[in-house]
Amino acid sequence: MNFIKARKLKFEYIRRDEEGNVEGLLTALDSVDLDVRQGEFVAILGHNGSGKSTLAKHLNMLLQAEEGTLWVDGKDAMDGGNVWDIRKSTGMVFQNPDNQIVASVVEEDVAFGPENLGIPTGEIWKRVENSLQSVGMVRYRSHSPNKLSGGQKQRVAIAGVMAMEPKCIVLDEPTAMLDPNGRREVLEAVQALNREKEVTLILITHYMEEVVQADKVYVMDSGKVVMQGTPREIFSQVDRLKKYRLDVPQATLLAYELRKAGMDLPEGILTWQELAEALCSQYQAR
Amino acid sequence: MIRDITIGQYYPADSVIHRLDPRVKLMAVACYLVSLFLFRNVAGLVAVTLGLAGIIRISKVPFRYMVKGLKAILVILVLSTLFQLFLTPGETLVQIWKLKVSYEGARNAGFMIIRLTYLILGSSLLTLTTTPNQLTDGMEKALRPLGKLHVPVHEVTMMMSIALRFIPILIEETDKIMKAQLARGADFESGNLVKKAKSMLPLLIPLFVSAFRRANDLAMAMEARCYRGGVGRTKMKPLSYHRRDGVAYLVIGAYFLGVLLLRKVS
Repeated sequence: MNFIKARKLKFEYIRRDEEGNVEGLLTALDSVDLDVRQGEFVAILGHNGSGKSTLAKHLNMLLQAEEGTLWVDGKDAMDGGNVWDIRKSTGMVFQNPDNQIVASVVEEDVAFGPENLGIPTGEIWKRVENSLQSVGMVRYRSHSPNKLSGGQKQRVAIAGVMAMEPKCIVLDEPTAMLDPNGRREVLEAVQALNREKEVTLILITHYMEEVVQADKVYVMDSGKVVMQGTPREIFSQVDRLKKYRLDVPQATLLAYELRKAGMDLPEGILTWQELAEALCSQYQAR
Repeated sequence: MIRDITIGQYYPADSVIHRLDPRVKLMAVACYLVSLFLFRNVAGLVAVTLGLAGIIRISKVPFRYMVKGLKAILVILVLSTLFQLFLTPGETLVQIWKLKVSYEGARNAGFMIIRLTYLILGSSLLTLTTTPNQLTDGMEKALRPLGKLHVPVHEVTMMMSIALRFIPILIEETDKIMKAQLARGADFESGNLVKKAKSMLPLLIPLFVSAFRRANDLAMAMEARCYRGGVGRTKMKPLSYHRRDGVAYLVIGAYFLGVLLLRKVS
């Protein structure tokens, strides 16, 4: 069975005026289907307001859908009684690194999750050690989070989730507030977790470069899943992506423009490496 | 200037003071604060000074780091000194126009400066050598009996530790907003008090909005990490007394007794 299985999820935000009367409804999720297998790396793309963060918050029951079904790790997420089991198996990392670190010392923050789960002290120490190791932050264990860079803080937040030993991590735009270096740091850390510890990864982002490595990509627009497939399938449809106000990776865009200008390049080029190779073989063919 | 506040900041170092149980340190600070207002002669002052200097020395926190915290109370210090100096009745020492400085006033003012300074130094030493988590753990455990009276001890201590964690972040943010407003021509310096207070509004409103947003985010992040109050929670660093804590209790007792005895010396 799939790790996450969503069918026809629907969620609405109710807008109210100052007296509390309903002004209007904003459909954030509109019959969304989602399938994620254990150990997969799934990316969810979409511009601001497409509903991708709302979807993320459903996956560990920070929000509950009004209609539809959602199964996470074999448990019904529409049943409020499963909330702690689901949050234990599906961790979440948020956008702002400062606003998700609870403690004033790195290792104590990483311990926050296991402490909440009631893990015995000795085991907490082991988990903190392991999870700090897995994101390469052991050296900073007794530092104050305020003195770390954005990328480091985000890695601490990831370690904090890892210490709860979840089967899946949902990352809600984890790199949106980071500089390019921090972005690379964080992505390398989570991809290593996916490869080595077989943690299921759900990455929500609007940076196209980040999803090239994903196994599967979902594209969302105004609450609906409008495209799904492998990165190659998705990025070969440049025109459609533009319609949803999404960029494509620069290499893909260049290949697309070159092809439009009459060059014979294959569709769905994702990286500079692939583009360079395609161009070289073109040149040799002449 | 605003970044100089050291209260609530932890200074990582490896010293006996850092390793002491937070309950011991809380007790020590309580005794120390009482002792500050108990001594009334030079002998007592010397005892308190030696005590403070000794602890600072052992704590390995650089003295310059601590003094920075004093800037925050400079205004209070000056005001209370002035009041003491001019408003204490007694034998006139100096007279400037209609203002009389009495011998008692000068003495009281001197002691007041020392008391306030020592108060800040001593209590900032607590937060400098104790991580906020330890501190609130200590309070939670020390105040546990109040839980029987339905006082939400865990919740209150959790709020305190979060507040301490966000102090530096909000200070940094204030700095940032201030610079942004200055860059757009805001003026925080000139004018009378009312005008100054009014000019703070464009600083305070964005700060409050952002603080609320942060609180919202943090609450969500805590929930996502399975936080559900103090029930069933374990600790990474549970508090337990060691021999050094017993020794520390003895030292505190001896110090307090000493200060009490020195009161008798005239």
